[in-house]
Amino acid sequence: MTIMQIFFLALALITLFAAVMVVTARRMMHAALWLILALLGVAVSFALLEASFFVVVQVVVYIGAISILIIFAIMLTRREMLDRGSQLTQNWIAAIIAGAGVFITIVAILSVWSGFSLIPADIPKSAGDIAALGKALVAPDQYMLVFEVASVLLLAALVGALYVAGERKK
Amino acid sequence: MTPVWADPINYIIRLLRELLIGWGLPPDLTHFVMSLLGGFLLATGAMMFVIFLIWYERKLIGRIQDRLGPNRIGPWGIFQPFADMLKIFIKEFITPAGADWLPYNLAPVLSVGSVLLIWAVIPFMVSVYGVDLNVGVLYLIAAGGFGVLSILLAGWGSNNKYALLGGFRAIAMLLSYEVPMVICLLIPVMYAQSMSMNTIVKAQDVWFIVTAPVAALIFFITSVAEIGRAPFDLVEAESELVAGYNIEYSGLKFGMFFVAEFLHAFTVSLLFSILFLGGWRGPGAEQIPILGFIYLVIKTFVVYLVVILLRGSLPRFRIDQMMDINWKILTPLALVIVMVTALVDKAVSGLDSLIKAVILLVINLIVLYITSYLLKQSSKRLMARKVVSEKRPVAVYRPEQS
Repeated sequence: MTIMQIFFLALALITLFAAVMVVTARRMMHAALWLILALLGVAVSFALLEASFFVVVQVVVYIGAISILIIFAIMLTRREMLDRGSQLTQNWIAAIIAGAGVFITIVAILSVWSGFSLIPADIPKSAGDIAALGKALVAPDQYMLVFEVASVLLLAALVGALYVAGERKK
Repeated sequence: MTPVWADPINYIIRLLRELLIGWGLPPDLTHFVMSLLGGFLLATGAMMFVIFLIWYERKLIGRIQDRLGPNRIGPWGIFQPFADMLKIFIKEFITPAGADWLPYNLAPVLSVGSVLLIWAVIPFMVSVYGVDLNVGVLYLIAAGGFGVLSILLAGWGSNNKYALLGGFRAIAMLLSYEVPMVICLLIPVMYAQSMSMNTIVKAQDVWFIVTAPVAALIFFITSVAEIGRAPFDLVEAESELVAGYNIEYSGLKFGMFFVAEFLHAFTVSLLFSILFLGGWRGPGAEQIPILGFIYLVIKTFVVYLVVILLRGSLPRFRIDQMMDINWKILTPLALVIVMVTALVDKAVSGLDSLIKAVILLVINLIVLYITSYLLKQSSKRLMARKVVSEKRPVAVYRPEQS
């Protein structure tokens, strides 16, 4: 057990605990805060994989924008501060069995993969070159089409939000 | 080897590392312990420095308002912040009834933490910096996001509708002003071909404020808005919101918000000096690193002076005026200047650096002129609407008809 493995194990446990607390927290505001912790855990695991750009992008986009949006939605739609009623649905036993079944299946499939028990190799310094990422996003033979389609998707979401929320001129 | 007096910090680091290895620690653990110690010292040093900043600001604001500022406690009032600190330490923590415990207590911590996180990537000298991230500029935005989160938590956790309203307005302003800031931060990145702060400083043979004054202006305005300072201090407008999102905080928790605001103002001045004023660059800064630190401090205090002058002299904006400025002026200007700079930079990329600087400066000034012309046109249109009738004199002289 190298020190990186121990660190990753601790990080994974924290992230999973936060994820469980998201769905089982009593108050929705706390659930949103646990979500922020879970997203931070994902950012740290990006850092463990030495993908520095994705760490900051994860924090900026998810924690700096999306979590704040979620918290706004909670604050604006929760008339009372308390959430009432039982938190478990009727078929919670079936849900646990299904979840456990999916988990065991995925672990079983991954365990026959050759990379399951490898230590991550050292990535050379040049692999974190942001310029290469930038060029790949707009190069016609790499990811330009995907990039433009994603931009159109965001534009559609923006226009849709404006239409839904906009005031009708009488 | 640079002599001791030229680079004292690295000398101390070398000594400490040799001491730790001499005690038998493995090199990994030595590195970890020294990083931890360095981070702790940097954060503590920044917090201690806030004491001086508070005194400096109060004296300066006093002079701007034609009064003396604190002058009773110690010569020139320099012990005033210590007295304030003692008072804040011994105040009772009153938690409002119904306050959500976790957000309420986490907010001040996150607020100070988000500012201290920025200090990790700042290059103080050519050889002293926390960490040389290759995504340093984007990291600044990420750390700012935590500050926004802390305001949200403070507003919600206080169980107070004024705090909540104040928090909403603060976040609307902060999130809006991040957009032109991120866009105009692309320009130093374009010039330096890298997002790392060290590389940006090293690429400033000509200071970026000369080759990109529009970007510097946008960055300055949006940074003043991000730190919640006048004229953008709607978030703590005492006459409107009774201290906004930090109404229900007392004692050291309020002290933390206070410290975070002052430190953020200084940090923003530091960032402006690094990104646009050349950071530690100056005559002799590479050979004698401590000179670079002195240059950086001088530049930062000049910018900080301008920030405090703005605070002392400008009235507060309304929220709709703030949103207007951001979305109707700053964002289109930022987009235009990024496109223009990208085209011009590529077109003149082969020329001598001095000619390049002059051409870029001229192009920026043209964009600024066009912007001011358009602004004048639109303000003339707004002012042309008649809202009151003509002035009529009360008595009119009518000569007698004979």
